[in-house]
Amino acid sequence: MTIRLGGILAGIAITGVLILWSLMPGLFNYASPEKPDYYAFQEENIAPEGGFSFDGAFGTWDYAQLQRGYQVYKEVCSACHSLKFVAFRNLQELGYTEAEVRAEAAQWEVPGIDPKDGSMVKRPGLPTDMFPSPYANEVEARAFNNNALPPDLTLITKARKDGVHYVYSLMQGYNEPDPEDVAKSPDFETPPGLYFNEYFYNINIAMPPQLLDGIVTYSDGTEATEEQMAQDIAAFLTWAGEPSLIKRKQTGWFVIGFLLFATLLGFMSYKTVWASKKAEKKNKAELI
Amino acid sequence: MSFAWANSYEPKNDFTKWLDEKLPLPRLVYNAVGAGYPVPRNLNYMWNFGVLAGFFLMFQIITGIVLAMHYSANTEVAFGQIEHIMRNVNYGWLLKYAHANGASFFFLVIYLHIFRGFYYSSYKAPREMIWLLGVVIFLLMMATAFMGYVLPWGQMSFWGAKVITGLFGAIPFIGEPLQVWLVGGYAPNNSTLNRFFSLHFLLPFVILGAVILHIWALHIPGSSNPTGVEVKAESDTVPFHPYYTAKDGWFLGLVLSLFAAVVFFAPNALGHAENWIEANPLSTPALIVPEWYFYPFYAILRAFTGDLTIPFTGIVLIEAKLLGVIAMFGSILLWFFLPWLDKSPVRSGSYRPLFRIFFWIFVVDMAALFYLGGAKAEEPYIVLSQIATAWYFLHFLVILPIISQIEVPKALPFSITDAVLGKKEPAAPTAAEPAE
Repeated sequence: MTIRLGGILAGIAITGVLILWSLMPGLFNYASPEKPDYYAFQEENIAPEGGFSFDGAFGTWDYAQLQRGYQVYKEVCSACHSLKFVAFRNLQELGYTEAEVRAEAAQWEVPGIDPKDGSMVKRPGLPTDMFPSPYANEVEARAFNNNALPPDLTLITKARKDGVHYVYSLMQGYNEPDPEDVAKSPDFETPPGLYFNEYFYNINIAMPPQLLDGIVTYSDGTEATEEQMAQDIAAFLTWAGEPSLIKRKQTGWFVIGFLLFATLLGFMSYKTVWASKKAEKKNKAELI
Repeated sequence: MSFAWANSYEPKNDFTKWLDEKLPLPRLVYNAVGAGYPVPRNLNYMWNFGVLAGFFLMFQIITGIVLAMHYSANTEVAFGQIEHIMRNVNYGWLLKYAHANGASFFFLVIYLHIFRGFYYSSYKAPREMIWLLGVVIFLLMMATAFMGYVLPWGQMSFWGAKVITGLFGAIPFIGEPLQVWLVGGYAPNNSTLNRFFSLHFLLPFVILGAVILHIWALHIPGSSNPTGVEVKAESDTVPFHPYYTAKDGWFLGLVLSLFAAVVFFAPNALGHAENWIEANPLSTPALIVPEWYFYPFYAILRAFTGDLTIPFTGIVLIEAKLLGVIAMFGSILLWFFLPWLDKSPVRSGSYRPLFRIFFWIFVVDMAALFYLGGAKAEEPYIVLSQIATAWYFLHFLVILPIISQIEVPKALPFSITDAVLGKKEPAAPTAAEPAE
């Protein structure tokens, strides 16, 4: 009885306090500031026409696309962005042969140690090396980029909401602001050194437009339009972020198939085991 | 314990006879989860979640032990080590995703198990001890899951740890030194990661011990059932094996198929993208929220937005943060008092018309708290979480005690067998066994 009485009193007290506050919002609440107007510029991520080859439960890699995407990373992105969890040997997963990977790795310079005197040198990469960072450290990266830090791209498609479409959209988001939105937020401006991008979370991004038409010459002859390159780099970075993606989905079908079969067998044995009890119930019901 | 008619273990061959004399382990298993445990014959599918929770506990322990073989609890390398597991360890991606989503499924089945307890009043005498141990297990699970989420050392790991350990700082006088002692510094750091890893490895075995006590306590009165009427005769029960092993078995297969669908096709759907960014103490994420299974309690924590003051004087009695912390811990600790708050002699919600209405309102309230815990800290979510939090406490502390006094329950069936076989005429009111 004491517990119930205490409970009722405590309950009324807690409820009272909360009702008091919720009846007077703004009086006690730390209301967060209103969203700034320039969020009017924010656009929903877009997807390429026809989607990506790896979309859906039966998706597969488009190796030609991954190789094109790698070319975009190598010739454009890698100037500022690292890919630190990927090794050159992983490129074999994109359909390159072992010899091609060795030749490719050798085109990159990685930090090494001079075997004669132990001094820090640059040496050609080996398949076992990880992709090198373009900067020695964060301070250098910021010094070169107007105090902005280019993020590592390995996990970018997982580290952003709807990351694949985010990368695809962002690369094509350097458009002129919609005049209607400009009218809505007269205070909005893009400070010098930043660029307007309607898919970036605070609209003004430090990265200048990169994928200008024809900036790379695809070795497979595909025309290097902005849209094409955006699609290819988004695909490549999806692979970089989750190399096991396709294997995972394929394994998934096998596992679910096995489990559903086991479930079916289990269900049949359940029915058999309980048959006599259910029959008893049925017979009894008929008697009544 | 057992009912008089329980099957008794009979060793079949010389080896099992020898073993039964020296260490009757097979006998123990036989009596605990075998043919020697008589169980009410009318259990519905809500009674499957205990076995499922046990399965997921073992699943988490096994995947966790293997993951620990490849992990390194050092802030310099922990994030990269997860990538090592994802990329270089054979089927490491499967282990990682299975363990992360395994935690979600563990909580999912535990919530269903707890709500089964709420609806059928599984906490009532003579099963109070099972319920109390269950609340202890739930608290241990929360601590384990929280510390596990810190280990990948992503942004949400770090900032989640910072917010949650910061709660201890709200305790008057000893708060700050306590927080520094718990964390091993002023903010989560390498010492924090090390101790969290150590405890995250230890606590599952403590949970396992508590689960054994939970099952032991269960075997004294035996399982409850959807009518809430106690077992009276052999016809009310069936042996656990093969009847419920078969039922649990196929249902486990069904839940595992669903689990596999999440692990293989949407492994990141229940997580936060933010945690794929390495922890950075200098960059605060826009929205810090815990994993989904903590949302209701996080909503309660955030509902307390103002200090408790003496009106018109401005004298602060309790600061808002401390109020939130007390309410959050209180919201679970009050479950310990549930057997004594709800004194209705009828157990099953199916025979309690008034209770049933409020039970479903409470389910809606919890669903609202689940939603609000993950929402941004802005209006209208703040006011809504205050209302939902108020209802939460009102439900347990005020509504339950009052309806257990004023409600007129429906007539109970005389026995489980009568209920199952659909005997029409209700038993005499005196047959309704009071639950003490």
